[in-house]
Amino acid sequence: MARIERGPMRWLRHLDPILLMLVLAVLAISVAVMTSASGQSTARISGHLINIGLALAVMVVMANVPPHLLSKAGPPLYVVGVVLLVGVALFGEIRNGSRRWLDFGVIAFQPSELLKLALPLMLAWYFQRNEAVLGSRHFAIGGVLLLLPFLLILRQPDLGTALMIGASGFYLLFFAGLPWKVILAGGVLGGASLPLAWRFMHDYQQQRVLMLLDPSSDPLGAGYHIIQSTIAIGSGGLFGKGWMEGTQNQLDFIPERTTDFIFAVFGEEFGYVGAILLAALYLAIVARGLTIAARAPTQFGRLMAATLSLNLFTYVFVNIGMVSGILPVVGVPLPLMSYGGTALVTLLLGMGILMSVATHRQLNKT
Amino acid sequence: MSVVASLKNLDRELTRFHGRLKAGALFVALLAAVLLARGYYLQVDQHDYYIQRAESNRISLVPTAPNRGLILDHKGRILAENYSAYTLEIARAQTADLEATLAEVGALIEITPGQLRRFRRLLGESHEFETVPLKSKLTDEEVAILAANRYRLPGVEVKARLFRNYQAGPGMAHVVGFIGRINDSDLKKLRESGRERNYKGSVHIGKTGLEQSYEALLHGRTGFDQMETDASGRAVRMLSRIPPVPGKDLRLYLDLDLQAVAEHAFGDYLGGLVALDPRTGGVLAMVSRPGFDPNLFVDGIDPEAWKGLNESPERPMVNRVLRGIYPPGSTIKPLMALAGLELGIRKPGDSIVDPGYFTLPNSRHQYRDWKRGGHGVVDLRKSIAQSCDTYYYRLAVDMGIDRMHDYLAQFGFGEKSGIDLEGESSGLLPSRDWKQRRWKKPWYPGETVIAGIGQGYHLTTPLQLVTATAMLANGGRRIEPRLVEAIRDPFSHAWQPLPPTVHGQVKIDPANLAEVREGMLDVMRPGGTAVVAAAGAAYAIAGKTGTAQVVGIKQGARYDESKLARHHRDHALFIAYAPADDPKIAIAVLVENGGHGGGTAAPIARAVMDYYLTGKRPGTMKLEATSDGAD
Repeated sequence: MARIERGPMRWLRHLDPILLMLVLAVLAISVAVMTSASGQSTARISGHLINIGLALAVMVVMANVPPHLLSKAGPPLYVVGVVLLVGVALFGEIRNGSRRWLDFGVIAFQPSELLKLALPLMLAWYFQRNEAVLGSRHFAIGGVLLLLPFLLILRQPDLGTALMIGASGFYLLFFAGLPWKVILAGGVLGGASLPLAWRFMHDYQQQRVLMLLDPSSDPLGAGYHIIQSTIAIGSGGLFGKGWMEGTQNQLDFIPERTTDFIFAVFGEEFGYVGAILLAALYLAIVARGLTIAARAPTQFGRLMAATLSLNLFTYVFVNIGMVSGILPVVGVPLPLMSYGGTALVTLLLGMGILMSVATHRQLNKT
Repeated sequence: MSVVASLKNLDRELTRFHGRLKAGALFVALLAAVLLARGYYLQVDQHDYYIQRAESNRISLVPTAPNRGLILDHKGRILAENYSAYTLEIARAQTADLEATLAEVGALIEITPGQLRRFRRLLGESHEFETVPLKSKLTDEEVAILAANRYRLPGVEVKARLFRNYQAGPGMAHVVGFIGRINDSDLKKLRESGRERNYKGSVHIGKTGLEQSYEALLHGRTGFDQMETDASGRAVRMLSRIPPVPGKDLRLYLDLDLQAVAEHAFGDYLGGLVALDPRTGGVLAMVSRPGFDPNLFVDGIDPEAWKGLNESPERPMVNRVLRGIYPPGSTIKPLMALAGLELGIRKPGDSIVDPGYFTLPNSRHQYRDWKRGGHGVVDLRKSIAQSCDTYYYRLAVDMGIDRMHDYLAQFGFGEKSGIDLEGESSGLLPSRDWKQRRWKKPWYPGETVIAGIGQGYHLTTPLQLVTATAMLANGGRRIEPRLVEAIRDPFSHAWQPLPPTVHGQVKIDPANLAEVREGMLDVMRPGGTAVVAAAGAAYAIAGKTGTAQVVGIKQGARYDESKLARHHRDHALFIAYAPADDPKIAIAVLVENGGHGGGTAAPIARAVMDYYLTGKRPGTMKLEATSDGAD
């Protein structure tokens, strides 16, 4: 061990080998599918490889940040994120009909991205501080911390992101021990208010939901995405059409097929057997994450690990559910598979936190 | 809070957390089960349906239009041929703003007002999703300009299309006809006859003339390429292909040179001419003047040009040979004479004394002969040679209208000849029955009298006249006139002749026929009505002149004064066959407002017969030659 601790390889000792293998397995699949989906475009493939390299580097760095240091970053990140969201509401730039972007001249930035990590960090920090004395007061404050960015993002409007961020906050409260009766009451209340929510939805949001109910009502318009992706998946059959042999993919019928709809390409070319394998890999990652959570020595580590694991699978579920036509079309990428640097970096950043939690267990004791 | 209590709390919270972890795992398993169930439904349960959807997504049948058959004259010269050219077409459904697009295209290449008018007319006749041609026969430069600007002109397409070129020009327009864009009524007919599928990919269809009547042979069979196409509809590769079968070529009896001679012989006159080979029924020449340029119609005619053609008082769109109906006048006399002999009403030697008029019993009305004072003693031959009206007034009365009708009907009057062109008129052969049916009136004896000289109700087309003339020439065999001599298979390249269709044989006593033929020969001899036209002929001609009152073609209201005088003149008619001892050509000529048949119509026939029988091209022929004044 001494050799590793002194050499440059010491960075790697904080990696969790099981999680690393699983993540690398999915990334390897993503490179294969990206090659097919992009029509062997070298630009797309090398872009994806660069994103992977970058994200893996971020993961390694995060794995080396001790959880107690990380938890301290929660409050300032959260405050900055919320302030920026308020800034968006006041000065934000409108793109595609909603106010989501802040333009800093050099880079345009979506503050909601920041909240995806900042909110769980803030809540985990908060519940860590109040460990062993948790009462309903703390859950109430946790709820407020959750609702503040949720509502700000909702009114941008960006329902998809708001729901995803709301889900991550909810998972954290759930793992922190939010009483079942509160969860149940919230569920009932939420169900009852659905018709009301429908009234407050924007036209395009209602359209997306309606389209889900009957995609064929507008086969060349908004329903086109869903129709073509379900055709791709369904025509894949049990074993798929084979790598680079998917006609829906190769002939351009699948929209956005390197990004949000990459699962349609995968399903068409690798079939149901491939889909089961991919689902198994995702489930294994979640299982490993939950195991890390179960063994974590601190409240912060437990909550973060469990929340990140569930969050990852939520993204998987929403994306595949959307592509296979059981959820509305919302812009959610498939974790570790879709093209896109920001999402990949954010995701592996989370994996890095998981590894940090896993490997700093013993170190904390010493 | 004591440390112990705190530790207890901590313990409780940890236990709860582990419970929550299990709940979370259960939740994940539930979501995973939903996804896998959905996957099973799509990929296993509904796989057959989706694989079929994917196949129909990617495979499309692209029709390939066959090459249209050629139309050739008797010597193999091309009358109608194909060429491919780039056309600028506009898909209205894909243009954001049609007018703006038209303006932009107009700024890039020249679009004439006529092309724009035609485009708007076609636009009105076409469906939303169809592409409509704006300009045909683009130059290479125009194609390049449009290709370079295509990205900013959605809905503007440059397409390679097959066109038809009629290089024989206006003189052949009535025979060859033209093709035009398939319109709604064409489509309806195709659908009703089950041929719609064969026209997928075809833009044109035969509209008139041979192009119309031989459409089924000329068009060929459409091929289909099974193409793999991408989402934007672009063909990626061919999976399989059924090649198109080109249409069959047509060869006519008609000789372009003979046609030109006939055209030339007409000079400034309007009218029609048709010449048959009496042995086969083959149409050697068919002229209807004025003609028109059939090329105007191929890709849709400009409305102004159409108006000009359609409203012209000269009615260039009417094929006078087929559809012009005129009283036969004196050209009916040889057949009347034959009827008199055959029915036993006259003998060759019977003669009358012609005082210059005829009166019915118990009537004072005089039916006058064209020659004041009469022809004196007239037998059958002389009655034909000098076209004696009085002879035929009396013959008609002796025969009666019913026997006259029945006899003439055998020669094809009153019914369509059956020529291989559409739109033929059946003319009118009157009878007592017909008048009762049509007018609910009895037949008057006076009507029989004038029917004897081809006046009154009797109406005939030049085509019917020539068919009857051919029967006099060939001894009573009624053969359908036919333009197409043979068809050529596109693969074997072998010409397959079309056998003549014989409608039957009229039994004629040879002695009687010889008598009538002598009369027709006398027409061309000194003392006959067309002697001038026969002068110097190297072969014997049997003919008959005639005059038709102006009724057949209705006149427009826009004639000016100078033309009025001319159009009030009678139409000149002439029928003939030659050589008289071995007939190879039968001919009927109609010269509108030509006056006497012997003066204007007979010389035209002579020029055609000269060229056909001796190969002699006419010098500049004087059409207004003074005749003996007879009809």
